[in-house]
Amino acid sequence: MVVFEKPHALTDVPLHYCPGCTHGIVHRLVAEVIDELGIEGKTIGIAPVGCSVMAYNYFNCDMIEAAHGRAPAVATGVKRANPENIVFTYQGDGDLASIGMAETVHSAARNENITIIFINNAIYGMTGGQMAPTSLPGQITQTSPYGRDTNHCGFPIKVCEMLAQVDGAQYLERVAVNNVKNVKNAKKAIKKAFQNQVEGKGFSLVEVISTCPTNWGLTPKKALEWVDEKMIPYYPLGVYKDNTAEKEAE
Amino acid sequence: MATTQYLFAGFGGQGILFSGKFLAYKGLTEDKQVSWLPSYGPEMRGGTASCSVILSDTPVGSPIVSKPDVLVAMNLPSLDKYEDSVVSGGTIFVDSALIERKVKRTDVNVYYIPATKLASDNGMPTLANMIIVGKILKELGGYNEETVNAALKKVISAKRADMLETNLKAMNIGAEN
Amino acid sequence: MADKVLMKGNEAIAEAAIIAGCRHYFGYPITPQTEIAAYMAKRMPKIGGCFLQAESEIAAINMVYGVASTGLRVMTSSSSPGISLKGEGLSYLAGADLPSLVINVQRGGPGLGGIQPSQSDYFQATKAGGHGDFRMLVLAPSSVQEMADLTVKGFELADKYRMTSMILADGTMGQMMEPVSLEYDIKPMPEKPWATTGTKMEREHNIVNSLFLQPDALEKSNLERFERYKYIEENEVMYEEYMMDDAEICIAAFGIAARVAKNAIVEARNKGIKVGMIRPITLWPFPTKAFEAAAEKAHTFISVELSMGQMLEDVKLATKCKGEYMLCSRVGGMIPSPEEVLAAIEKANGGAK
Repeated sequence: MVVFEKPHALTDVPLHYCPGCTHGIVHRLVAEVIDELGIEGKTIGIAPVGCSVMAYNYFNCDMIEAAHGRAPAVATGVKRANPENIVFTYQGDGDLASIGMAETVHSAARNENITIIFINNAIYGMTGGQMAPTSLPGQITQTSPYGRDTNHCGFPIKVCEMLAQVDGAQYLERVAVNNVKNVKNAKKAIKKAFQNQVEGKGFSLVEVISTCPTNWGLTPKKALEWVDEKMIPYYPLGVYKDNTAEKEAE
Repeated sequence: MATTQYLFAGFGGQGILFSGKFLAYKGLTEDKQVSWLPSYGPEMRGGTASCSVILSDTPVGSPIVSKPDVLVAMNLPSLDKYEDSVVSGGTIFVDSALIERKVKRTDVNVYYIPATKLASDNGMPTLANMIIVGKILKELGGYNEETVNAALKKVISAKRADMLETNLKAMNIGAEN
Repeated sequence: MADKVLMKGNEAIAEAAIIAGCRHYFGYPITPQTEIAAYMAKRMPKIGGCFLQAESEIAAINMVYGVASTGLRVMTSSSSPGISLKGEGLSYLAGADLPSLVINVQRGGPGLGGIQPSQSDYFQATKAGGHGDFRMLVLAPSSVQEMADLTVKGFELADKYRMTSMILADGTMGQMMEPVSLEYDIKPMPEKPWATTGTKMEREHNIVNSLFLQPDALEKSNLERFERYKYIEENEVMYEEYMMDDAEICIAAFGIAARVAKNAIVEARNKGIKVGMIRPITLWPFPTKAFEAAAEKAHTFISVELSMGQMLEDVKLATKCKGEYMLCSRVGGMIPSPEEVLAAIEKANGGAK
């Protein structure tokens, strides 16, 4: 009897992520959803620059590696070329909320019928732990060694709250993957975000509060706790916008 | 005629580019080599506008007219700026309704025509440019009903087909004055 | 003649692109090339294509990257400052070996510069479109007809070699109207088995990518690309020779500068001066051999350009610095007059000082 299987949408390439990093969980959730919706053959994934830069090796669907922050623009091109394809981007906080903010906001404003998986772990992982646009006030990073001073370098950006003000955005939800219950909710949100695209309901973004034990300087277990103690109070979980139910009623 | 270089100059909004375009199309209909080059940028909006038109029997080299054979000056700044650039023996058409002074050069042919006044007197205030074009064709030759009609059809969009007659009328007024 | 229409250079590019099968255009308004966007905005919805005004030049070139990944013909256009913004995308397109067509209707620089014609992006186009070792096919039209012809050619070359073709025009070429004939025999696109259009569960996944973390693998990809470039240098050079048979003075000029130079050459020939011109149509690959051959007879090379001697460097390299060299240039949006070029020719001829 098979009790646990790798989703088909994941390749056999071993993930390069650090121990305790939750990228692996989110990759698996995305892959499960692709399997369950039976869309692998028509899905195109766009990988970002950041820790998940090599996501193109991990998903079995066609993949494109984009320049830093430009994944939503690349996704726009792919989707406009072949609207029957399912197009998703997988981006971190530096990619999506800093260097690629314009691409993020405008793809939402245009209501591109795409799915964005946004990994928010409040730090730049790949370059070794620098301050992210989502680093918390007071958070110590390599480039905020005395703690993020909001008088000096401003406040964290709350992406779901911000995009909720953009008329084009259709579905925005923030989830976490630090415990079983949250993982289950995250799966539901990710599935809805892909389902929306399949049904032509438009721009869907799921923000996943993630961990970075390595650069947070915590053990994997402590990192999961830190999500509950620090991250979620600043970035409350929940649905920030959902126009897709209305569309069903229409 | 091997090559004739025209320079149309005036205010933005006087139809400078349009009259140049008409001449270029007329040349094209007559199997000539042609080029049309507008000034572009913010100056198009209310400042001075100019356009270079070259009609030739041989391939056009530079499309920039710096020594016009024919200058059309529809305001004083244009006459001031370009009078000296006209080739010796060339021709200057002056809208005398808007330019009070006379051309100083004595080695060029000059035609004064109160185009802007004629246009408003005849209820076609936007067609002073085509009145001058009518004058050009009369004085320099080249008025050919067939090619004039063909060129007008090219420059006037189908939606404004009613303007065709008015343009012809304007050119006739120019030819008669 | 009957089939010829008068078109602005910018519009000729747009219509030729549509004829070549381009159905996706992304851009951001900037003078003096906005007619291309306006034309596409009007036409694309009527032929089932997609015109999209992007939020930035950066977004536009990345939308191009997205469509190019699917194997369809796609283009963007801009003018100098906007092309600088696209530099990032140009490098990624090269790194991922994606075909695309990029139009640069140049204006004066650096910085915000002006809006009048210029050729001062020559270095950027031919040598440094972005970071990393890569080339673009750089095509330099000198008439409205060539604006259209080279657009079609640009798409074909881009597909053939999986790289970016850039049309390097200038404000004059974009804004002027001349008669054009738009009759083309469009060849079918080559197969693109690498395109990311979905596996349909029938093949391994395709990956469009420019990341190689292993230096030996990255070196290999660079070397393979440069093998292709070498082949292109041997097979795709285009240029026009004008009165070069007995030329003792050789003008090098492209685009609008070549048009002006032709007038001056006619005048100089009337004065008995043996002058001719090599007009590169491809700036990369540069017509090195043509200049090398000209150096056998010509004693002086005059680069007529709307930049501060950027092309002159390539002329010197091509001719191994064997001759005398002069620069005849105006910049900042100014264009040399035929008289200025004639004066340079006469000076080269040892005449009027």
